[in-house]
Amino acid sequence: MMISTPHNLLDSAPRSTSVAVHCQKVVKDFGDGDTRVRVLHDVEVEVPAGEMSLLVGPSGCGKTTLISIIAGLLEPTAGDVTLFGTPRSSLSSRQLIAYRAVNIGFVFQQYNLLPALTATANVAIPLLIGRMNREQAFAKARDLLTQVGMADRANAFPAQLSGGQQQRVAIARALVHEPRLLVCDEPTAALDAHSGQTVMELLRRVAVQPDRAVIVVTHDNRVFRFGDRIIEMDDGRVQSVRQGDAIATHEDTIAIASRVIAATAKDEAAELDPFDLQ
Amino acid sequence: MNWVAWQMLTGDRAKYWGTIFGIAFGTLLISQQTALFMGLMRRTASQIDGVREATIWVMDPEVQNTDEILPLSETDVYRVRGVPGVSWAVRYYKGLARAKVSDGRFRQVMLMGLDETTMVGAPVEMLQGTLADLARPDGVIVDKAGFEYLWPGVELRLGDELEMNDRRAVIVGICKAGAPFQTFPLVFTRYTRALEFAPPERNRLSFVLAHPEAGKNVADVCAAISKQTHLLALSRNQFFWRTIGYYMRSTGIPVNFGITIALGFIVGTAIAGQTFYLFTLENLRQFGALKAMGLGNGRLVLMILLQAAIVGSVGFGLGMGVTALFFEATKNVTHLAGFYLPWQVVLGSAAAVTMIVVLASLVSIRRVLVLEPAIVFRGA
Repeated sequence: MMISTPHNLLDSAPRSTSVAVHCQKVVKDFGDGDTRVRVLHDVEVEVPAGEMSLLVGPSGCGKTTLISIIAGLLEPTAGDVTLFGTPRSSLSSRQLIAYRAVNIGFVFQQYNLLPALTATANVAIPLLIGRMNREQAFAKARDLLTQVGMADRANAFPAQLSGGQQQRVAIARALVHEPRLLVCDEPTAALDAHSGQTVMELLRRVAVQPDRAVIVVTHDNRVFRFGDRIIEMDDGRVQSVRQGDAIATHEDTIAIASRVIAATAKDEAAELDPFDLQ
Repeated sequence: MNWVAWQMLTGDRAKYWGTIFGIAFGTLLISQQTALFMGLMRRTASQIDGVREATIWVMDPEVQNTDEILPLSETDVYRVRGVPGVSWAVRYYKGLARAKVSDGRFRQVMLMGLDETTMVGAPVEMLQGTLADLARPDGVIVDKAGFEYLWPGVELRLGDELEMNDRRAVIVGICKAGAPFQTFPLVFTRYTRALEFAPPERNRLSFVLAHPEAGKNVADVCAAISKQTHLLALSRNQFFWRTIGYYMRSTGIPVNFGITIALGFIVGTAIAGQTFYLFTLENLRQFGALKAMGLGNGRLVLMILLQAAIVGSVGFGLGMGVTALFFEATKNVTHLAGFYLPWQVVLGSAAAVTMIVVLASLVSIRRVLVLEPAIVFRGA
């Protein structure tokens, strides 16, 4: 398997040294008593702004749970997550929802576009949640659709779009309110190789900004080369964090991919992460 | 987000119209059957309601309704007149007679005998002829529905003859009158003539109709009449509801209508609730995505309530529209006279539909409230 490193993309990506996300000894358990399962074990990880960080690992390793906690969708059992200097534990649930609405953008594996809305209306949703006037929101949504190359399909409904096109609309939706953290869950999993590459190139081009962190959860080894940093997880623990030149080598990328593939195959029959299970 | 809620709702046309159909069906059954029931009950007491001049009805204490009468003595009218506080009291005959028409057909008719002098209890609206024509030999007034029963397909006209108790009666007037519970023609005539048409019986005074003196309380005068004469004296309103109460207690009508109305409510709730819940379930991932994107529970609930209010309003409008069309289309049907859509039924149905919509949306609201936004990170 040949995996090339897109040096041009890495070189063009703006870099920043500020920490956007800091997970401090994050623990997550599911279930009670005898059925209790520990999915995350004292996860300690930092995600800097201005970079695209890939969270990789086999199915059931806890990456979806970790990203859910980082995005404020799940409560950690222990530990804390600091987002751009704000400890999550300092926010009430209402403040957390408001924080999410302003600061976090989401790209989902299944796109989760509203089927009854056009591409423009779907992209405008975060702005409507932020109570922006509908005309203004639609105007801004059309700008974003232009940026992701979907201007000509602005009035199309999701059912009229291919998977790759839907994911581009989803990326526009995730970015339209200019969030500081973009969380992408397996953005290429439902796409063919070409569409997956297009989506990742798009993410690098429009999402990575000096003051924005991008976290991509994936076990698609074809997209490892797009990351500035690869956080490798297994069995609820961070196994390694590689960044910059350390992942810019052909051999290293192949090594990570091999481990992920092997662990995925091994765990296929006994997945551990309840979120991947359900 | 109200616009998004509207688009989500109408985007799934099958469920949108399915929910509306459930509510419209429930509304139609509830409102139409309730209106029919109210009309039917009102018909049981329509002859009481039709006597506008007298506010007091005096009768044998055992009388339960206007159709089962134990006659009074002819002298009882004088005893009632003798009660202090009574301004006037007159005789009133109400009974059944068999009326034959010239070709040999016959109908049971409801015969009303009016006091010769005052004509208390006479029909208010005359279509042909006048009350004064009752002074003509053998003269009777028949109601419009009765004329159509007796002479189907014949234009309203005066001069036709009936035979009751081997005596000739001539139609000298045609009136509009409240339809009775049973579809009997109503025949109005003078009291003494009514007794000639009626089957022989020793006592034949059905009721004494009375009115209190100015400034006297009806209830007090009723009590005085009952005390002094040992007869039952009721205000018009009391007798109206006593009659309706009798039919409510003694017939299966309320149960039958009640079952249909309850079915309308249950089926409406079931169809609307199930379809609306399915709509929510199918959009659960989208609701989860909205939650993840920072839409709070309060605004999500408002979205669902708005969707419920829209389908509720449209469904109610359609259902009530069909009900109104039914009563509009049948308003001139003779045997359906007296049935209409009272505003109280519209209000009551609106309350029932509100309950249907609230019940239907509660399940959906609960499902969305407990929805974990992290659901959006799960695979298909």
